[in-house]
Order: sequence, then C-alpha cells, then structure tokens
Amino acid sequence: MSAGQPPNPWLSWTYVEHNWGDITTALSRHTTLTIQAVLLAMALAFPLALLARARPRLAGPVLGLSGALYTVPSLALFAILAPFTGIGRTTVLIGLVAYALLVLVRNILVGLQGVDPDVLDAARGLGYGPTRMLLAVELPNALPTIVAGVRLATVSTVALVTVGVVVGYGGLGQLMFRGFRSGYRAEVMTSSLLCLALALVFDLALVLLGRALMPWARRRVAA
Amino acid sequence: MSGAGSHIISDAIAWLNDPLNWTGPHGIGALTVEHLGMSAGAVLLGAGFALPLGLWLGHRRRGGQVTVLLSNVSRAMPTLALLTLFASSAIGFGNRAVVIAAAIFAVPPILTNTFTGMLEVDADVLDAARGMGLGPWRMLWRVEVPLALPVIAAGVRTAAVQVVATVPLAALVAGGGLGVIINTGLATQRYGQVLAGGVLVAVLSMSVEGILAGAQRLVTPRFMTAGRTARQPVAALPAT
Repeated sequence: MSAGQPPNPWLSWTYVEHNWGDITTALSRHTTLTIQAVLLAMALAFPLALLARARPRLAGPVLGLSGALYTVPSLALFAILAPFTGIGRTTVLIGLVAYALLVLVRNILVGLQGVDPDVLDAARGLGYGPTRMLLAVELPNALPTIVAGVRLATVSTVALVTVGVVVGYGGLGQLMFRGFRSGYRAEVMTSSLLCLALALVFDLALVLLGRALMPWARRRVAA
Repeated sequence: MSGAGSHIISDAIAWLNDPLNWTGPHGIGALTVEHLGMSAGAVLLGAGFALPLGLWLGHRRRGGQVTVLLSNVSRAMPTLALLTLFASSAIGFGNRAVVIAAAIFAVPPILTNTFTGMLEVDADVLDAARGMGLGPWRMLWRVEVPLALPVIAAGVRTAAVQVVATVPLAALVAGGGLGVIINTGLATQRYGQVLAGGVLVAVLSMSVEGILAGAQRLVTPRFMTAGRTARQPVAALPAT
C-alpha cells in the first residue's frame, strides 16, 4: 500500500461504531430469516417424511427429488424464483426452505427407519397404537438423527442467506457485498466473522437443546 | 410481478432461442467452457491438496478430528464471505480468486471421504497383507487405495458438483462462467434472461452430477455395490 492511501485495516472498532445500525439490521434480518426458514422447513418436513414412510413407494421419489434439487446451485434457484416471486425476502425464504427441507426430510426418514424393530415390537406388544407409537417410541428414538439434520440444515441456511444478495436480501451478505464494492476491508471482515459466529451460536444452541431433549443420551455417556 | 410469469417464461425461451446468445466471446458456449475450466481447475487444486493428506492421515489411521473440524467450518463459511475477503486482500478478484475459493470448498468432502474410505478398509485384510510381507508403500497402493477407491470417488464427485455450483457466484465478484448471464440479467432487469441463466446453470450442475455418478459406478467393483447406501458422500451440501 502506498503512503498516500488512508489505512484500510481488517478490523476496526470505528467501523463498528459508525455502522452500528446497519450491522444490527443485517444481523437481525439474517437471524430471523434463518429461524423462519428452518421452522417452516420443519413444519413441512415432518408430514412429508411421515407420508414417505407410510407409502414406501413414495420414499424413493422423495429422496431422489431432494437429491436432484440439491445439485441446483443456490444462485440458479434464486434466479429461477426471482422472476415469479420478485426481488426481496420472499424469494430468499422460499429458496432457503427448499434446501433445508431436503436435509430434514432425509434425516427424519432415515431416523424413523433406523428405529430398532425389537423396540417397535415391544411397544406393539404393550398395546401402543400408531399415534402413541410415533410420539412416545419412534420420535424419541429417531431424535439423534433428527437433531443432527436440524443442525446441518441450520448451519447451511446461515451460509446460504448470504447468496440472497443477488435479490437484494442477503442479511450479512449485503454488508459483505457492500464492503467488496467499496473496498472496505473492515466491513467485509466484520460481516464474515459475524456470519461464522451466528452459525456457531445456532449450532451450540441446538446441541444444548438436543441434550435437554435427550437426557438419556447424556446418562449413557456418563455411565 | 407474479402475474407476468408466463411472459417471463416466453422471454426466457426467446432468449435461449436467439443464436446470438450462444456464440461469441460472451455467448453460452464460451461461458460454459469457462465455467467448466474454472471448475476443473478448482477440483484439481483441491484434490491435489486433499488426496495426499487424506491418504496419509488414513494410512496412519489418525487425524479424524481435523477432517471433521474442517468440514464443519467449511459448512458454516459462506462462499460469498471468502470471495469478498479475497477481493479485499492481495489475492484480488476475478476468475483466479474464484478458483482458489472453490478449491478450498472442494477440500473437505475429498479429505473426509478419502480418510473414511481408508479407515473402512477391513483390519483383517491389512493384517493379511502385512503377513504376506507387504511394506507400507505397497500396502497403500496395492491394498488400501484400491479398496477405498469407491468412497474416494464419491468424495471427488461431491466436491466437483459443489464446485460447479459455487462457480456461478464468481459473477458477483467480476468473474466469468455461466453466473454472468444471471447477474447481467438481474442488473438490466431482464428477468427472462435471469430465468434462462438459472436453468442453464441448473442443467449444467445436474449433467456434471449425472456424468460423475456414472464414472463413480465405473470405478466401483461390482462386489462393493451391495453396501452402497452406506457409501454416500459424507459432506453433501448446497453451494453457498
């Protein structure tokens, strides 16, 4: 860097102070978009996974379709959606839900299929009906796989939100892009670090939630 | 805008049917070649690093935490963050920076699968090879690598598909490839072109996936296909 240029540090507290409003707006958009997408995807994934399990003939197409959609790049998906759903939040949300849905359906289905048949047999012997079987036996047994899927979906969603920049709604990606455009290192670095931190916080929260939901898993480790 | 849906579809078809959009230095043909060239460069670069490392770690049967950590961090790291960080640093922007960024994202799936493939080689087989007097090198090339090859191939395939899906983002940081069509369309508000570009990128990704799936099947000996579901790529995720 030549002597005449102003300093352009990677980290700068002045940047954070001066852009506090933009940073918090981007962070809160990023956070709410992620939570909304994962919750919506879960609400859709459970019935789909149950349907695929109830009709094994549907399981193949459901998993195959999810695999095929997975190879569609996020930029392409947003580009295909944008002409119909417009520029902005809705397009990003639909794309995010689609990707998260794939991971979740797959993991819920695999989790449910992985339940020990002897356990199901024992529950049936105890007189459990289908609903009670699902809620009291199958779901708790499938929970580790489901939680793993939710973690994977959440962390990838946090990263995917940034691609929303192409339709003008990328959360922290918006700041990354603006920093790139203006050659402002502190802006690029701050938003990248925040994005990584956000993924980490979500992941830790889900690990703790998983532990709270599965006290038996912890006891087994302790024993 | 949703009411204009059909007119956007007809715009997209018209755009794809215009021969002028297919030829020339910025035509679909040239951009596809550029896209594939960048992807090949990134996969080779990533594999050049991840394959030896994975073989070494797998042969020594340690280093599992490193591979898990790498793939977790790469999952959380947005490609856009890496691209904009590169652009602001000495690496700069354009195609070269995109190839490096895509190569970094190609490392975890190749590394993880190479390592896992090597670990999955039956300990009894290794014992038998050792008993036959095979040294470490011949053990690696004659026993471990051939047995781990299908899993390694699955990792390379995952990485390649991921790279092909990542390269479109190059257009955001002044790079080339098929993403340019989408980006130009968005900038000029020609949504028919945006749609056409999205479809082209999706078709390219799916074709690469299909071709590589066939290639993977070719390197997998028939007796190993029985446990195929357990050998699915470890780190499949959408390009971010």
